[in-house]
Amino acid sequence: MTLKLPIYMDNHATTPVDPRVVEAMLPYFTEIFGNAASRSHSFGWTAEKAVELARDQVGALIGASGKEIVWTSGATESDNLAIKGAAEFNRDRGNHIITAQTEHKAVLDTCKRLEKDGFEVTYLPVEQDGRVNPATLRAAMTDKTILVSIMLANNEIGCVNPIEELGAIVKERGALFHVDAVQGVGKIPFDVNAARVDLASLSAHKMYGPKGIGALYVRRKPRVRITAQIDGGGHERGMRSGTLNVPSIVGFGKAAELCSAEMVSEGKRLLALRERLREGIQSQVTDTFVNGSMEHRLPGNLNISFAYVEGEAMLMGLKDVAVSSGSACTSASLEPSYVLRAVGVEEEMAHTSIRFGLGRFNTEEEVDYVTKLVVGKVNKLRELSPLYEMAQQGIDLKSIQWAAH
Amino acid sequence: MAYSEKVIEHYENPRNVGSFDKDDPSVGTGLVGAPACGDVMKLQLKISEAGIIEDAKFKTFGCGSAIASSSLATEWVKGMTIDQAMDIKNTQIVEELNLPPVKIHCSVLAEDAIKGAIADYKAKRAAKAATGPAATTTAATPATAKAV
Repeated sequence: MTLKLPIYMDNHATTPVDPRVVEAMLPYFTEIFGNAASRSHSFGWTAEKAVELARDQVGALIGASGKEIVWTSGATESDNLAIKGAAEFNRDRGNHIITAQTEHKAVLDTCKRLEKDGFEVTYLPVEQDGRVNPATLRAAMTDKTILVSIMLANNEIGCVNPIEELGAIVKERGALFHVDAVQGVGKIPFDVNAARVDLASLSAHKMYGPKGIGALYVRRKPRVRITAQIDGGGHERGMRSGTLNVPSIVGFGKAAELCSAEMVSEGKRLLALRERLREGIQSQVTDTFVNGSMEHRLPGNLNISFAYVEGEAMLMGLKDVAVSSGSACTSASLEPSYVLRAVGVEEEMAHTSIRFGLGRFNTEEEVDYVTKLVVGKVNKLRELSPLYEMAQQGIDLKSIQWAAH
Repeated sequence: MAYSEKVIEHYENPRNVGSFDKDDPSVGTGLVGAPACGDVMKLQLKISEAGIIEDAKFKTFGCGSAIASSSLATEWVKGMTIDQAMDIKNTQIVEELNLPPVKIHCSVLAEDAIKGAIADYKAKRAAKAATGPAATTTAATPATAKAV
């Protein structure tokens, strides 16, 4: 099989749509194109039927009923709806929200806005392996806590939180439990009942579905109520108005169905590929560090720091490979990754990190090509690096008075 | 992030990578930046008795634009007098490499590195003169970075 360049290894940023998903979506553009809310004719009925099937497919992936699925434009909207909706609805019961420092910006920024509205938010620190310690959560809960929002798996370092233990603690105190499950759903098992989850955010484009469609799981037994953030025709049981994006919903459903069927075997394959990449790199390059828990980790994720070599310079060298970096240079704000900082990675190492996200369409051949390329580039950049030179000379970089500008 | 062709060229084929002996009395070493910022440049100049920069070497921990800025700096200073090198402005580097606004600080660091190397060279010569012409310089500059 000939290698096709460029190689895509950034599956935490987005995934290609599975061709089987595209095929499932196509009839819904020009043939079955009705508005799913049109009750009076077959164009509406056929569209509605497809939507209901998709609900069941997505629900099945997370151990929920299709009736508990609310369609949104994506996980950012789902996070907004879950957190703002739950906070506003429960304002009389309390004003304290708990989340974690490593959450996605869609959660963190939403919490910041609620702080301006008079809510109190606790941002839990995480352990060095990137996971939230249940004891930390227990200590933070108060009588005024109405909502806890913790992600299933982290998008940067791939670590998986102990959701079942966390859920049990949240329920002890009678608060609502929201899980941003975006990076984990379809890759690792996630059951909303086992984990006592009340609200869960899902995204299609992280699991080989189309962009622009997501879902919010909203528990019905016992019934969880949230204040809608988008008003209008009362769609999705009043929780999210707006005509449904039928083709994308069908795509999301198909993607979910494929994940349900293929998750276990795909997980094994990706784990083997990831380990092949990791071992290939770590056996040929010194001074590398994997960020985040190795034990509780998404199978396709490898986030690795290469001491003495800056991340963006690495990315430039890996020009036919799509990956990303926790380096400041790659962010618009020139600040290094806040996730890496939260797990205690020192700033200079945060600048050296590269995130590989392997996925359904990556092959062993691609992994071997990338391994060779990475090893070559790291060595080349270390030749250019004054820090590597100093380290080779036995100088302790921490002893130097740097002039930060 | 789209890089200019010149930045890519310097990245793929950096000029003057390497090190001089920093204890050599004709060498000035500028070490600027900080690992915590993701940018460290070491720029060394070999300066003749007549005050002409005969050779230059650099090593950089930083992004492609930082590598290109320092590589370009070593190209430019060769053959210049100390005063001419002191006149190099970061804006010239920005223009030559087409650096976008978010990368301007890389050019500033390169300018600082040149000035740092010259300052180090002058300090070494002053120390040598102070201890007498026969004495070899003992003020071999320790690895402290200079903010200029």
